[in-house]
Amino acid sequence: MPDLRLMKGNEAIAAAAIRCGCDAYFGYPITPQSEVMETLMDMRPWETTGMVVLQAESEIASINMVYGAASAGKRAMTSSSSPGVSLMAEGLSYLAGAELPCLVVNVSRGGPGLGTIQPSQADYFMATKGGGHGDFHLIVLAPASVQEMYDFVPLAFDLAFTYRNPAMILADGVIGQMMEKVELRPPRPRPTDEEMQKSVGSWAVTGKRNRRRNIITSVELDPAVHEKFNQKLQAKYAEIQEKEARYEELLCSDAQYLIVAYGISARIGQKAVELLRSEGVKAGLFRPITLYPFPAKSLAARARQLKGILCVELSAGQMVEDVRLSVESALPVAHFGRNGGIIHSPNEVAEAMKKLKTNCE
Amino acid sequence: MKEEIIIAGFGGQGVLSMGKILAYSGVMQGQEVTWMPSYGPEMRGGTANVTVILSRDRISSPIIHEFDTAIILNQQSLDKFEGAVKRGGLLLYDPNGITAPPARADVRVCRVAATEEAAKMGNAKIFNMIVLGAFLKVKPIVQLENVVKGLQKSLPERAHKLIPMNEQAILRGMEIVEG
Repeated sequence: MPDLRLMKGNEAIAAAAIRCGCDAYFGYPITPQSEVMETLMDMRPWETTGMVVLQAESEIASINMVYGAASAGKRAMTSSSSPGVSLMAEGLSYLAGAELPCLVVNVSRGGPGLGTIQPSQADYFMATKGGGHGDFHLIVLAPASVQEMYDFVPLAFDLAFTYRNPAMILADGVIGQMMEKVELRPPRPRPTDEEMQKSVGSWAVTGKRNRRRNIITSVELDPAVHEKFNQKLQAKYAEIQEKEARYEELLCSDAQYLIVAYGISARIGQKAVELLRSEGVKAGLFRPITLYPFPAKSLAARARQLKGILCVELSAGQMVEDVRLSVESALPVAHFGRNGGIIHSPNEVAEAMKKLKTNCE
Repeated sequence: MKEEIIIAGFGGQGVLSMGKILAYSGVMQGQEVTWMPSYGPEMRGGTANVTVILSRDRISSPIIHEFDTAIILNQQSLDKFEGAVKRGGLLLYDPNGITAPPARADVRVCRVAATEEAAKMGNAKIFNMIVLGAFLKVKPIVQLENVVKGLQKSLPERAHKLIPMNEQAILRGMEIVEG
């Protein structure tokens, strides 16, 4: 019998972190994700698994504590919301430059600036195109349900450690605040010192013992060496793009018109597809699960049978650029979005699709 | 089976926790559920509302604008959501503080004097469970035993002694609902 709970998305992040063997959480409160740290403090994992939970003095401190713990080969994470993640930009670049695995959760809200505490998806560019200086990428997962908030925590850690690269869960205020049924997966214990030595001993600063010294740094002043390092990073991103793109398709096999959406917009898009199908429009939903790597090849393959694509986001149009690049102008791609914390209704999404359909005919 | 519900009233009336208990009952009954609160400044001392969906199948949008049932606990919420009940749906309200009762003829309108009944029972806090009982009498979408199981899962151990009192309040709500 599965262990079923009713949980908020933010609570699911916390529960999953403890149960998947996370070593340390460092964070600073901000709406709409404060329940992540509240839940961790309430569950007191330092008394059970030995996981460290610490409220830092700022987001900048949090991300640098993550850097420190990750350098030591630990499974470290932080969480925040949009303005707080902006403060972490420097740290993210250093983590990527030092090839350190970690998890950063962004339960995003409306911007720019202090903006609003209401949900938004306007951090797509920040999450997928850098979010800091230099040529780097985060591995970005976009949950669309509370179960995925739970499941993507161990997945993000696994990907981060496989590729020695920071991973991000990019959620939104709705997914963070709503409650759904969650199946708690069997717990994974925290790695022992011996297990850690075996898995990360080749690079992490775990105590030198009888091997050569490991150095964690992102500085390299010799241009020739630094170019080689950048090429190595790019080869890693190419491998990630090749192997790790994830997506879900709903009602796509006979679709002529496709909604492309992630996170809460995908849930609203699914309802819009139901409405459109009831009116005889052959609509389907394509939901990127990884935003980086973007599932470009799969979308391009699906696009061959389509007449038009509507990209639905809680932004002024960010992912739509990747959608257009994927299909290379082979068909009309429109964008429908709301801003500032307003959430689109399934009806208005369906109306936007009908308008696109009229333009395509 | 799919039931889309809005519960709306003042902050502090137990609107969100009633929704949570209903959603947890759905989980215990093997249903898919979503619980989506209004969050933000309006919750602090103003109106609070929560959308609860229970369904046999995977739920698409947790955010909806038409409801099978509206459970209304103050006049502001009645003004806001009376028009959002689907034709043939249910509007359940507590007449306490209602100055302009619902006027729609194309929905089923039910009343539960839960504020008054909670006062009679000597415990204002069980108000929301009386309302929940009234709803489950009109639309028995979850069984009482699953509501109790949901309470056991959602309440901390130290509060389990309060479960029989909550169960009694639910049963009372089932008795006094009208319409």
